[in-house]
Formats: sequence, structure tokens, C-alpha cells
Amino acid sequence: MSDVRSLLLVGVGGQGVILAGTIVASACLRAGMDVKKSEVHGMAQRGGAVYSHIRYGPRVHSPLVEEGGADVLVAFEWAEGLRWLPYLRDGGVLIINTEAVVPPAACRDRRGWTPGYPEVDVARLRGRAGEVLACNARALARRLKHQKVANTILLGVLASRLDLPDAAWQEAIAATVPASTVEINLRAYQEGRRLTFPRDTAPVDGSRRPVQARPSSRDGATAFLIDVVDGWCKGCDICVRVCPEHCLRLNGRERVEVIDAAACTGCRLCEWLCPDFAIAVRGVAPVLPDTARRTE
Amino acid sequence: MMVLLSGNEAIARGAIEAGVRVAAGYPGTPSTEILEALARAGGGAYVQWSTNEKVALDVALGAAMGGVRAMATMKHVGLNVAADTFMTAAYTGVRGGLVVVSADDPGLHSSQNEQDNRLYARFAGVPLLEPADSREARDFTVLAFDLSEEFDTPVLLRTTTRIAHCRGVVTPGPVREGGPRGFERDPRKYVMLPAFARDRHAVLLRRLAALAEYAETSPVNVEEMGDPAVGIITGGIAYQYVRDVLPDASVFKLGLTHPLPLRRLREFAARVGRLIVVEELEPFLEERIRAAGVAVEGKEFFPRTGELTPDLVRAGLARAGVIPESRSRAAAREPAMPRPPVLCPGCPHVVPYLVLRSIGAVVAGDIGCYTLAAMAPLSAMDSCVAMGCSIGMALGLARAGTAPGPVVATIGDSTFLHAGIPGLIDAVYIRTPVTVLILDNGTTAMTGGQPHPGTGVTLQGTETRAVDLARLCGALGVDHVQVVDPYDVGATSQARCAATAHRGVSVVITNRPCVEAPVKIRDAPFRVIEDACTACQACMNLGCPAIAWTDGWYEGRRRVAIDGPACTGCTVCAQICPTQAIVPIAEAPGPRAHGAAPAEVAHE
Repeated sequence: MSDVRSLLLVGVGGQGVILAGTIVASACLRAGMDVKKSEVHGMAQRGGAVYSHIRYGPRVHSPLVEEGGADVLVAFEWAEGLRWLPYLRDGGVLIINTEAVVPPAACRDRRGWTPGYPEVDVARLRGRAGEVLACNARALARRLKHQKVANTILLGVLASRLDLPDAAWQEAIAATVPASTVEINLRAYQEGRRLTFPRDTAPVDGSRRPVQARPSSRDGATAFLIDVVDGWCKGCDICVRVCPEHCLRLNGRERVEVIDAAACTGCRLCEWLCPDFAIAVRGVAPVLPDTARRTE
Repeated sequence: MMVLLSGNEAIARGAIEAGVRVAAGYPGTPSTEILEALARAGGGAYVQWSTNEKVALDVALGAAMGGVRAMATMKHVGLNVAADTFMTAAYTGVRGGLVVVSADDPGLHSSQNEQDNRLYARFAGVPLLEPADSREARDFTVLAFDLSEEFDTPVLLRTTTRIAHCRGVVTPGPVREGGPRGFERDPRKYVMLPAFARDRHAVLLRRLAALAEYAETSPVNVEEMGDPAVGIITGGIAYQYVRDVLPDASVFKLGLTHPLPLRRLREFAARVGRLIVVEELEPFLEERIRAAGVAVEGKEFFPRTGELTPDLVRAGLARAGVIPESRSRAAAREPAMPRPPVLCPGCPHVVPYLVLRSIGAVVAGDIGCYTLAAMAPLSAMDSCVAMGCSIGMALGLARAGTAPGPVVATIGDSTFLHAGIPGLIDAVYIRTPVTVLILDNGTTAMTGGQPHPGTGVTLQGTETRAVDLARLCGALGVDHVQVVDPYDVGATSQARCAATAHRGVSVVITNRPCVEAPVKIRDAPFRVIEDACTACQACMNLGCPAIAWTDGWYEGRRRVAIDGPACTGCTVCAQICPTQAIVPIAEAPGPRAHGAAPAEVAHE
């Protein structure tokens, strides 16, 4: 069993994880190995987390890698790398793209406005793997003037750490990618294979990375009161439709009323768009206990 | 030559080698790629997507009755739809070989339940083959056709996600020659009048007894004798995990899991100390073996929910005392960030749900990508149970009279054709006031964009006549049918108002194609004018993956930016932005290259 090698390729739907996995498996086959590869299709591909387990050797049984069993973890996206880190064996190799793909679900804290995305900080990975190879593959791909070959660059890095012959990789790439992109993919593969670490490990640039805390000088109120002047409201419904937090509704008398003041973020769309100046939004002293961070 | 095939591709390869002539199915994860691979291969087989799984099985059964080899493919829940035909096809038997492929989804990677379809084999009384990897998927498919003809029975070939979507090394064999057996009139066999069917039930039981004898000598049931202290009985993917975790154990690997080779299992039991069954989901093998009087352990160590993994097999065998407790990895575990599947940028399903939520409608949903609208931020779906359920459930909700808002059924085009039409007829005929929103994106999107009868092309890409959904609804008697562009927020909102105000059954059909399939639609992308964004979060309520927070602030709230390369240019966010801060990149003031990352923002 020890002569079976386990690889884990992880990322986000649309990053080319499955295609990359197919190339790796094809390279294994061309190197005369038995190989199995398990992947995700269907619902999870809709922007969700995607992975490909690959195991190769003289005879492979399970297509799945056990926790703590991966010789190499290739993360095509930062947070996915962190998610799968427990699958890396002690002393295993972590190849990680520092690019962040922030999911909509990470931008939903409308109280504290803290993104639910882990900080991109390569230093935190020190000691978590036998070898950490971090680079911003998308930025490297941009250097090749071809955004889509980020995954092939990472494959090149992977190839530099595996014992499969270079020819098997090149044949596998040529046989798997669309014919018109063979040349650029082979260049990307060579680029990745030649990358030296840690000189190139610094995240080069470019990724959306909303991790800064709220600037204190901009710090507004965290609780709001919505004042409605009942006599001025004519029940036009504009504020009800426009409120992003669904704080308002028309009552039985066709007048607007506040049904969820706690959800108000103070955007004041209702105030600005009311044709009759019947609504005003006021920030009030925060009632939440999270004031420590805000005090100046 | 050895090739790398997924389990699904291997089944297609096996079917080709077995000389399949007719194959039909309905797309469903994890079964979809079987028919796609078969259609790609060309050759002599007639391959088609059917309107639903029952029609697919009807087509295959008819072909088998006509004396050619036939196959029907579906996901596990699809066999529920086809079960009516399946149960009685076990009575009629076949003439040409008939293989029914059920691809189960333990762990619910992309399904609404994780039912164990091995139980269908016992229920119907048909033989059940379970491959353990791609090589066996090919081998067992060939065997399934042979068994089907030898024993005159449909054969259930059952895979799981880990077989269907795992690639492995396969050595293709030769394509079998051999003409069709031809049609032969035999009403006592194929016309299931009660008088004939009574006889066929007895035939079925005799056939099962013969199959049980076959199981005793079948080459796909294999004893691998090793250390006799513990004997493991297993099959399918669980076999692979057992072999990795217990390389030296004695293992009885079952390829034919119904009917069971009970004599051989008893002999195996006598040769080993403890006997443990390792199987995914239901204790299907365990209960049969125990009922045969063999002392066996199993589900007390392994979960009955979810899919097995090597880790779970290791943990279960440790609990059983077979191996020492595995080392616990004390490695600091990052709290994993949730990354649920989301609707794609530019998905035409977003706006219809946005406008439904704004009126507090009670929404009976259905199966498709749009089921994701149940999740935040759209949060606009109240039920999703099975294919086509939405319309009937909406009728029930309306009749219950307890809904706090208008009752609306939402259903995709493929799902509507699959099982939604009878519900709509019901609504019209009984005059139940509901609104049905048909989200017509022209394809079966969730499974990767397969054509359906509303698409106008076949699986092979040849043009055919498309069902006109609006005219179909009119013909059923719906007197309010409106087609609307779901990228037009105002028009969609008005269509919703008119439909829910209509006294009677109303249908609204959205008409934008899926942005991902069959062709990727990419229009001019948009950007956010930083200074004009008031961080109101209205666009964030769309849940578009191309829009995210930046480090820019406005009055204590985060501003947003659009990821240019991800934006499809659907214009919806620009329509709802109250400050017109979202504009096409080409028209935006200031230098900003297409695809550039959002500028760093300094706002202090």
C-alpha cells in the first residue's frame, strides 16, 4: 500500500480542477501506472468547492485519499487549501495558489461587515506541511497573457515534485486540453515546472481580498431608527420595494411601517427615494456589545 | 490499449461491446455521462434522451421485446419514476437483453435523498450487479446483457457516485457481433392482464431460484482468502476501502448482490472467525445473510447514512476491534469557510425569485439549479421534494387556504416536461387559483446542459421540433399565459403582479437561455463606479458570485466591486442599483482595463 501515491487537487468550480485532474491521471497512465481518480460533478460545480482525488501506483484500490494520507495537496484557491489541509500527510507537499475566490456567502455580515474569508497569509502555513509552495497562479498566467492556464502552471509545479517522466506530462496535456490551446498550456506547464520557491512565492497581486478591518474614522453607528411621518406617507410602496433588508411593509391602512428595525444598515435608500420626505433614518448609540473595537 | 474511463464511460463502453442497439435515459447526476458517452461513440446504437425515466424504460423495454439489446439509464430517484414499468417488466421478462442502470448518490452530492436502490432488485425480483471500479463497470455491463438474455429478465446494474465519477484504467474488448433475436408475438408474456400476470409471477419466482443457483458459481462473486481471523463480506466501492484498510484480511467480494450465493457465503463463514459486512447505506447484504442463519456483524460499526470513505471504514473496523484505534490527528483544524453551490453570474433564475420574495409569496419549488434560490440571499423557496412536485404541491397549499401570500409554483422547463404537465392540467381542470412560473432556460442545466423536448435538438445535435411551452399551456386551458424576459427586472415584476392578481390558473414563462450551456453567453461586463456606490447592498441581495465587497467604505458599510472576467453582462445589478453606480466597463469613466482587478481603495 505504501507504494501507492495519493494526490489531492482542490479548488472552486470553474477553475479547471477536474481538467487538471484528468491530465494528472492521464500522465500516470502514460507512465505505466495503475491510477484511479475521483471527482465531483453536478450541483457542487455551481461555484461550490470542487476536488479531485488521484491515487497511482502498481495496484490501486480506493479512489479516495484518507485524511492525513495525501502526499501532495494542490490547492487552486487559498481557502480551499486551508479546508483540505488535514488531508495532507505529515511531511507532505502543499502547493497553494494565493488567489482568493470570495464566495457571496462570505460577504453577508451586515452588522460587523467582516468578510468570512480567511486571511491570505503564507506565513501561517509554515510548519503545516513538509514543503509549502505558494504562488499567485492567476498573476503568473497573466504574465503569459492567458488567464485560463493558471491551473496548468500549478500542474507544472506538481510535476516538479512527482516522479513521473516529463514526456508523460507533456503527452497528457497535449491529449487533454483543446487543440488550439496545447501550445500555451505546454508553456504554462514548463513555467510552473521551472518556478523556484520561495523566491516566487510572494502573492504577486490582483486578487480580491477584503480583509481589512473597518477604518475607525469611517466608523458609523451600528443601530438605526427609521422614523416614518404617518401623515405624509401616501402608500406608494417605493421604500418597501427598495429596502435591501426588507425592514418595511405597507400596513392595512396603506401606510408604511417598520417591521424589522434591527436589520436596518442605515443605507437610507428609503429616506432618499421617498417622494414625500416621510422617512428619515437616524444612527443611534450602538446597543450591541461589540463596541470595544470601535471606540476611539 | 489501456484507457482511462469514468465508471459511466466504462458502462457505455461495455454496452457497445455487448452490442446494445437502443439506449434511453433522463439526465441525472451521477448517471448522465453514460448516454453522452454512448452517443459520442456513434456506431449502431440508437441513443436518446427521453422526457422522463419512465418513458426511457418503456423505450428500452419495447426494444428488448423487439429482440434487440437495450439499456435505460437514470439516477436513483429516476428509478422511482420508472418503477411502474420496472416492477412489471420483471414479470414480462425480455427477449433482447435489457439492462437498467441506476446510479445512486450516497452522501447526496447532488440529490434530494440517498435511497439505496439495491432494495429495488429484491422488491422487483431481478438480478443486481454492483461494479467496484471502472474495469468492472465495463465487465459487468457485458455480463448484465448476457444474464438478461440467459435468464429472460431485466438486470439492474447499480453504481454509486464513487463508481460513476471515478476514473480508472480499462482495457476495452472487442465489439460483440450477433444479430438481433427478432420480434415474436407472445401475448401471454407481454400483455399483463391479471390472468397472464399471475402465471408470470410464478415464472419470476422460478427464475429467481435459477439465478440463486447461478450466483453460487458466478465468477463475479470472489473469495479472497487471507488471514482467517476476520472475514469481510462486501461489494461495490466499499470493497476498495476494505482492501486498503485490511490488505491481509479474508474478503468475500460480491459482484452479484441479488440473489446471494448463500451456500458459498456459509462456507466462507465457516472458514473465518468473525464475519463482518461492510456496505454503504442500508444493511441490504447483512439482513439477508443473517436471515439465512449466518451470524454476522455490520451496521453496529458503520453508518447507515452518507457515503462510506476509507476513514469511516477504518474507524468502523477499529470500533469492531479488528484493527487498533487509528491515530487521531491533532493538527489544528481551520474552521472551514462555507462555500455552498450558488447560481452562476448572469443566471436567468435570479430575478424571478427576487420578485417573488418581495411579495411574500409561498413558493413551491422543484428540482433544478433554481432550487438554490432557497438559500440566502434570495431565500425564496418553501418546498422542493421531487421532479414535478411543485405544481401539485402548490395546488394543495392553495386548497389548504392557509398560505400567508399568493401561492406560486416554480419549475424549470425540463422538469415541467418531465413531470409537471399533469399537475398543471389538474390545476386548470379543477380551477385552483395558482400561479406557475416556468423558468425556461432551454436546457437541462443542473446536469450540464442536456437537450430536452423544449430545446429543439436531440442528444446527437440534430434539429427536431421543439415543444412550444406557451402554446402547450394554452392548449391545456390556461387563460393567462405570459412570456417575460427575466433580465428585465421591471417587466418580470409586472408579470408577477398580473399573474398573481389573475383569478384562476396563470402561467409566466421566462425566456432567457442558461448562460453556461449549451453555449457560454458572455456580454459586455460591468463595473462599479467607486465614488457612486453608497454600499446599500441591494446588488449583494442578488447573490451574484461576480460581486463582492471591497476594502472601500461608505458610511460604515462596505462598498462592492464586480469581478470583470466573471461578469456575464446580464445588466440586472445595474438595473437595481439606486445610484446608477454600475455601468458597462466600456462606458466607465477613467482608465480601467478589461479584467483588471479592482483598484485598491484608500478612503480614510
